[in-house]
Amino acid sequence: MCVVLSAAAGFGARKPAPDAPFRAKLDRNSHALHAVERLTFGPRPGDVEAVRRLGVKKWVDLQLHPERIPENPELARRLAPLDSLRMSTLELQQHYPTRQYARAVMNGRAEMPDDPGARRAIENMIARFKAKQDGTKSDAQVTDLREIVAGDALRTLRTGTREDKRAILVSLQPDQVQQVAEALPPGMRAGLIAIAPTSVRRELLAVNSPERVIADDLAEARVYRAIYSNRQLEEELTDFWFNHFNVFLDKGADRYLVSEYERDAIRPYVLGRFRDLLEATAKSPAMLFYLDNWQSMGAHSDAAQRARRDRGLNENYGRELLELHTLGVDGGYTQRDVTEVARCFTGWTIKGPVEGGGFFYNDRWHDKGAKTVLAVAIPAGGGEEDGERVLDILAKSPATAHHICLELAQKFVADNPPERLVARMAQSFLKTDGDLRQVLKTMLDSPEFWSHGADRAKVKTPFEMVISAVRASGAQVDDAHGLVNEIAKLGEPLYRKLEPTGYSSISAEWVSSDALLDRMNFAAALATNRIADVHVDTAQFNGKAADLIAHALLDREASTQTRAAIEEADPFLVPGLVLGSPDFQRK
Amino acid sequence: MPLSRRAFLKSSGLAMFGIGAAPAWLSRTVYAAYDRGNRRRKVLIAIFQRGAVDGLNVVVPFGDKSYFALRPTLAIPAPDGTLQTAQDLDGFFGLHASLAPLLPVFRDGHLAIVEAVGSPDPTRSHFDAQDFMESGTPGRKGTPDGWLNRALLPPRSPVRAVAIGPRLPRSLRGRNTAIALEKLDDFQVRDAHMASPFEAMYDSSADALLHGTAQETFEAVKLIQSVDKQPYSPRNGARYPPGQFGEALQQIARLIRADVGLEVAFADIGGWDTHVNQDRQLTNRLNEFGQGLTAFYRDMGDRMADVLVVTMSEFGRTAHENGNRGTDHGHANVMFAIGGDVRGGKIYGQWPGLAPEQLNEGRDLALTTDFRDVLAEAVSEHLGNRNIAAVFPGYSSPKYPGIIA
Repeated sequence: MCVVLSAAAGFGARKPAPDAPFRAKLDRNSHALHAVERLTFGPRPGDVEAVRRLGVKKWVDLQLHPERIPENPELARRLAPLDSLRMSTLELQQHYPTRQYARAVMNGRAEMPDDPGARRAIENMIARFKAKQDGTKSDAQVTDLREIVAGDALRTLRTGTREDKRAILVSLQPDQVQQVAEALPPGMRAGLIAIAPTSVRRELLAVNSPERVIADDLAEARVYRAIYSNRQLEEELTDFWFNHFNVFLDKGADRYLVSEYERDAIRPYVLGRFRDLLEATAKSPAMLFYLDNWQSMGAHSDAAQRARRDRGLNENYGRELLELHTLGVDGGYTQRDVTEVARCFTGWTIKGPVEGGGFFYNDRWHDKGAKTVLAVAIPAGGGEEDGERVLDILAKSPATAHHICLELAQKFVADNPPERLVARMAQSFLKTDGDLRQVLKTMLDSPEFWSHGADRAKVKTPFEMVISAVRASGAQVDDAHGLVNEIAKLGEPLYRKLEPTGYSSISAEWVSSDALLDRMNFAAALATNRIADVHVDTAQFNGKAADLIAHALLDREASTQTRAAIEEADPFLVPGLVLGSPDFQRK
Repeated sequence: MPLSRRAFLKSSGLAMFGIGAAPAWLSRTVYAAYDRGNRRRKVLIAIFQRGAVDGLNVVVPFGDKSYFALRPTLAIPAPDGTLQTAQDLDGFFGLHASLAPLLPVFRDGHLAIVEAVGSPDPTRSHFDAQDFMESGTPGRKGTPDGWLNRALLPPRSPVRAVAIGPRLPRSLRGRNTAIALEKLDDFQVRDAHMASPFEAMYDSSADALLHGTAQETFEAVKLIQSVDKQPYSPRNGARYPPGQFGEALQQIARLIRADVGLEVAFADIGGWDTHVNQDRQLTNRLNEFGQGLTAFYRDMGDRMADVLVVTMSEFGRTAHENGNRGTDHGHANVMFAIGGDVRGGKIYGQWPGLAPEQLNEGRDLALTTDFRDVLAEAVSEHLGNRNIAAVFPGYSSPKYPGIIA
């Protein structure tokens, strides 16, 4: 048995990190590249040189203060059409109405909004309900396609090439787009969704599955930000904290709650205080819905005593709060603590959809009895503050500090970071009352971060791999839709990690046979312009020697093995080979 | 000492083709021949129901009166011959109606059900419990590899262990070659001109993590592509349900039929975490689950003699329903074993009862069979790996339930 275990040892095991590599200093000349690779979604041409000129320390400090970095106007331009990002939950329900919401308006339980776009969306859905009720085909309500689109254009939309179809869609006037979207037969509409430019695609989707517009906006915005934002560390941190406090977009109401969640509960706090971030997530409708706390009812609550039906205590949030969000699975809590925590959060719920779906504390659902959480007594008779008290206890716990700092060090330093680094970060966490900027500063000032142990120690996640390839090749992205699909194919569909664990940042988790093949295939497709609406200027590589192309894409010399392979290859294939090489998978 | 693939090619006088250039049908023939040279290859398929399936409503203990008291709205009525009630198995237990397609398999004696089985570790965390079940070492987090990987005998085919899914599951991780794939035809470098430079750079790479995986990948690509080029239609009228699970089982069936040397396979099916309004969700999931398993069983036909399918889920759910017409995280559960060498038509394991004093921690079905007893029997009696101490370290004397003939 011992033999077998030792032969297998090292496979995914968490054993103490060997110390020596983390004591060996990284060459000063490599600092700029190391910093850019680790704290951004990968260098674009010229990035590393710019950091060197500015000074690495100064650049790192700026990244820790994103509000001081002017944002890239390219980014604003790309985010502009994605209007769902800027809407409240109520506005989302009006502009991209659910059936329930449209019904509520139809039955007078919700008001018809004033906004013309929202009004039209709801009226359309109501018209379809009515048509169904009357037994007429809903198509009868809609303008005939032939009245809006000329005969030959219509033929092209049916049987033309991808490019021709697209040209027709692009040529439509803004007021025509919606009419056409509604008039198209469903099969044809579905076919055009895949090839339509952003603005048209959103209209096509809005007809039958408005919630998909919201989902697409979210994922595309995440991709645009990762590619174009100048506040790169903030983006990496958003990715980190979203995964830490993961919610799953496709769980029912969360389709309408995640936009607000990322915007208002995650982003504002990624360099703020952990306690604030924790409370923002605890009170977010997205989390309350995802982990079921919104319907958890205290056994001795007013409502449970009187109501015909006791909805009962739900422990799901309580458990994940302790295991994943704060203390960590080895954080020294018991099943009893889980139940007690769940009791403290009874009554933390959400308003109905028509009332905007916001956070709401329902005292009548709250368990008023005395509780004990991690040996701290919480007296009887409390209300909303019981839950806040729990958050206080958890945010101040050394176990939380250690758990959070270990995860941060795993993401930014190495899969198995030295314990003394984690301990120093945790000290900083406890001393500063969970100031996440200070914790990161401790990490970024540490010799371990600038050591051989950290150098190239991480395999990129699929998201990082795709974005870094786009950045390295200077690709022009007219529409992020194709890239969103590629990231999903590589195993990391954005906003769609079902488990509360979120996506792992551990290298070995992302290295499997088909994952590697997918990476190679993506690299090849990108470099030869086979990804829709993403354009790499291949002229930049013309006539260049293979090793120079490799250097341009990797910002360093390729490994001997990679060089050997690309030097023998057809020059046309070299950029794709470099982006798919083992060298490019690391950061 | 088993022959390596290269050695076999050489001794067969086929070396002139070279490995890279060997036509796909040839390498397949080589593996098939190699199989025949030994004994018939047995295949073990592990199915993981992620999210903790509610075993009490999958195999309904209608003979236990407490069941109905614990579940005023969720209890499935005792059998009356209709599909609105449990489908009788033995007068005490009945299948959820969505699993009715499995009844003939049970009656033919090829489906065995193990009751009150699970992990002795008390955790109610999905994450931990899945980890423990997949590592095969409840309560021990440090175990570096998974039970299904350790169950493999000395190296043979590069596609002897396959997981259908985007990533290698914990069960299959370890020092033995195992690959993850979603679709057979995606499993290759699409641009044929790039395949060999990619292979060259990864083959010689000093990056241990990437190099190791890539080497296995390229070997496997060749074999799997040989499978994909054969048209496949399920036999005996089998119809796989639409969706990932049916798709996964169909790909496993193709690999088995193609004789590429598959020994173990893994697939999972999620959506069992039924905290709220569980009736509809469980019905939908069980439809897909039952139709998938039945289609696979039919499709395999006689070949099922060599195949064993075992299902598991990280823990059961609370014996009582919660206030949301759902159930919360519980303890013991139910496992299925389907195969030609299964002593089926029978329910195994001791029923602990559902009376208040019989429940685990006053809330869950108590555990009477360790899941390792079932898996160990599958590994030893079906796969033929008798070194159970190495497959389930720290669990050296399992009590086999006797499900394998």
